Amino acid sequence: MSLLKIEGMRVEFPSRRGSIVATKDVNLELAAGEILGIVGESGAGKSTIANAILDLLDPPGIMPKGKIFLEGERIDGLSLDEMRKIRGRRIGMIFQDPLTSLNPLQTIEEQLVETIVTHLDVSVARALERAIEMLDKVGIPDPAIRIKHYPHQFSGGMRQRVVIALSLCADPDVILADEPTTALDVSIQAQILDLMRKLVKETGVGMIIITHDMGVISDICDRVMVMYRGDVVEVGTTQKILGNPDHPYTKSLISAVPRPDKRIDRFPLVEYIEEAGVAHKSIDVKTHWLGKSRDFDNSKSEFLVSVKNLEMRFRTVNSIFPSKRKYLRAVDDVSFDIRAGEVFGLVGESGSGKSTVARMISGIYTPHAGNIFFDGADLTALSSRKAVNHYRRQMQMIFQDPFSSLNGRMRVADIVAEPIKFHKLASSNAEVKSIVNDLLDHVGLGAIAAKKFPHEFSGGQRQRISIARALATRPRFLICDEPTSALDVSIQAQVLNLLKDLQEELSLTMLFISHDLPVIRQVCDRVAVMRDGKLVEVADSEDLFKNPQSDYAKHLLDLMPRLVSA
Amino acid sequence: MLTVALIAFALFQFVGDPISNLVGQDTSTEEREQLKQDLGLNDSIVVQFGRFVGNAVQGEFGRSYRLRKPVKELIAERFPATLELSLLSAFLALLIGIPMGVYTALNRNSWLSQGFMTLSLIGISLPTFLIGIFLILFFGVMLQWLPTFGRGDTVSIGWWTTGFLTVSGWKSLIMPAITLAIFQMTLIVRLIRAEMLEVLRSDYIKFARARGLKERSISFSHALKNTLVPVITIIGLQIGSLIAFAIITESVFQWPGMGLLFIQAIEEVDIPIMSAYLLLIAFVFVVINLVVDILYYSIDPRLRMD
Repeated sequence: MSLLKIEGMRVEFPSRRGSIVATKDVNLELAAGEILGIVGESGAGKSTIANAILDLLDPPGIMPKGKIFLEGERIDGLSLDEMRKIRGRRIGMIFQDPLTSLNPLQTIEEQLVETIVTHLDVSVARALERAIEMLDKVGIPDPAIRIKHYPHQFSGGMRQRVVIALSLCADPDVILADEPTTALDVSIQAQILDLMRKLVKETGVGMIIITHDMGVISDICDRVMVMYRGDVVEVGTTQKILGNPDHPYTKSLISAVPRPDKRIDRFPLVEYIEEAGVAHKSIDVKTHWLGKSRDFDNSKSEFLVSVKNLEMRFRTVNSIFPSKRKYLRAVDDVSFDIRAGEVFGLVGESGSGKSTVARMISGIYTPHAGNIFFDGADLTALSSRKAVNHYRRQMQMIFQDPFSSLNGRMRVADIVAEPIKFHKLASSNAEVKSIVNDLLDHVGLGAIAAKKFPHEFSGGQRQRISIARALATRPRFLICDEPTSALDVSIQAQVLNLLKDLQEELSLTMLFISHDLPVIRQVCDRVAVMRDGKLVEVADSEDLFKNPQSDYAKHLLDLMPRLVSA
Repeated sequence: MLTVALIAFALFQFVGDPISNLVGQDTSTEEREQLKQDLGLNDSIVVQFGRFVGNAVQGEFGRSYRLRKPVKELIAERFPATLELSLLSAFLALLIGIPMGVYTALNRNSWLSQGFMTLSLIGISLPTFLIGIFLILFFGVMLQWLPTFGRGDTVSIGWWTTGFLTVSGWKSLIMPAITLAIFQMTLIVRLIRAEMLEVLRSDYIKFARARGLKERSISFSHALKNTLVPVITIIGLQIGSLIAFAIITESVFQWPGMGLLFIQAIEEVDIPIMSAYLLLIAFVFVVINLVVDILYYSIDPRLRMD
């Protein structure tokens, strides 16, 4: 008998304009000691399954059809009180973001003890003992001391360990993990996955891991279920799904994952997605507006951008006395050069200072010390606004989050037109309009997009709008700060292809920041590795991946999840 | 505080000539000059301001032009009345407002919460004096249960006079306190409700549910405590404004508090009272903000770092 079994689950979210069907007809079985992965892109209905099992669907979600069995017993349609005895006690759940899933006002002890006392018939003293044991089990050092601390006193990875301890503390039979490592750095991700694998082996629980990350799947899962728009398209062993998938969606999804092992020219597109049909139109740079009056065609030097001994400090403890102030050195003595026409990668874990470097180059932050040279001119020495704007026009930035980097109250046409008007690049409004339409067309959105507002677009489309906006000043240097890390793989492939095409067409120089090594390998010519604000290694990207010099780069490459190939 | 002191001091400089308020029509110019000299009005502004601040720190605000009594005494007489009124209405507002806010957040669609929300909308829109007048009309004039003005009998404990210890004191207190509380209460209901709905959507509440914790524990020890963190600031400021802006309620009920004193002072251009009132209210706000900060500190462990 299987531990957990779902038959014909259908989940709907009724709304005024008819129901949205989140999952259509899901069947799954989970055995004890097994790790089942559910993979799919956003909106595929993966999380809905986990929420429906525990009857935690966000209102107005309902499950009109389907049966859920836990050890042969039907658990859907139980009363709230009966359901509460299953939640935590027999089915535990781990959430995505460890920073928000713990109550910030209670100590770890309060949260653990409350959960244990609620489910197990034990005294508070015994519960405390068990809580300390649990923390020890999930690998938190000094558990007896750490248990008195509040969530904010733990790092992200440690908090996720606490979350796991909380889910396991009442000894459940099934664990549902919803994107358990998505919010974590690679090295922390590897530790957490190790821990989960070990716990499953030791305790013999069944685990369902929901993720969009093929690397996680290949790392830890025994079996995989692939979902697409509420349908299960394929179920099989991890080897089979990753190595030799049957369904065309699975095939294209796997091919769209950036490969860490070799560099390929273009990303294969997931043909299953409608958006993928948008073709990129090539232009003749000599006649097109984007190629016109590039008043900087002949570079003065080999390097377009040079950074010398850059330093940035953030004040962490404030005081009126300068001697008592404390600083965090976000960027510490960083120097590198970017050749004209190359894509320069900057890689590192969160907090390594890579975004800070980008912000200093683009002028958002003023460096504490050091110089930034752009085409031979020292940007840190510029004083007049006019001079600054002259260089600002030549460099543009694309941000990570396509949802917050576009002003939701402006029409797309105005968003793209703003930099053109600001830098007075067009003589009349009619010209601005035609340029905007042209740009939108060029990034694959079509001129109809101009009249809409950003919220009418998906994440990938919004990122295209950001790219159009960045191109509107006819820049020659683009800074891309994690441009695809908020996007699904299939969309990521499209956006990266677009950036590559544009880079070649307009001979742009790019600074490409990412924490994702496979993406870096696919996109960049040279790479700099950063750690704790310092530059660890700079190398040609192929050299770095084949033969890393520094220990840290080796360490990062080791952690990179690899897809198993059959 | 110094800034407020400067403004309070400036009142003396710009609002009317105190001498002409003090003396009659037929006082000669020499006598006026003599008086000015005696009162120190001929000294430089900086010296006068220094003297003003020095006196204010000692609680000395001069004499009221109108009542010919030291301002200190007048304030001491009136302050307990206002404080009792404000504290009782703040207490009422919290006692009724918080449970109502929690209830409407937890049972968003029940008819009772809909009713509460409608009532709170009425409460927040009706001007205070109107509520006061209606209460007087109903309980004071038609039913004749409660007195319509004054504080009733009071008991003196040292310099403090209290209405809490007599029946007639309570009877007089109840209507103004309710009048003053209604606006604050409706504000608190809406604030708690909005903030709590936000907290209930958060990940840690969902995680608490997924761990099978009891609903009552989730609602109160997890959700409500997190709700209170931002709400405390507003509540603190509101209590400050209760004390400061009890003026309208006090005039409607002829409550012998500082608000009434202040209104009368304005009518008569009684500057020492006005400036003392200004300073005192500023001081109350500073104290309340300090208390709020300390409360913050004790509730939110994230602020206790280092």
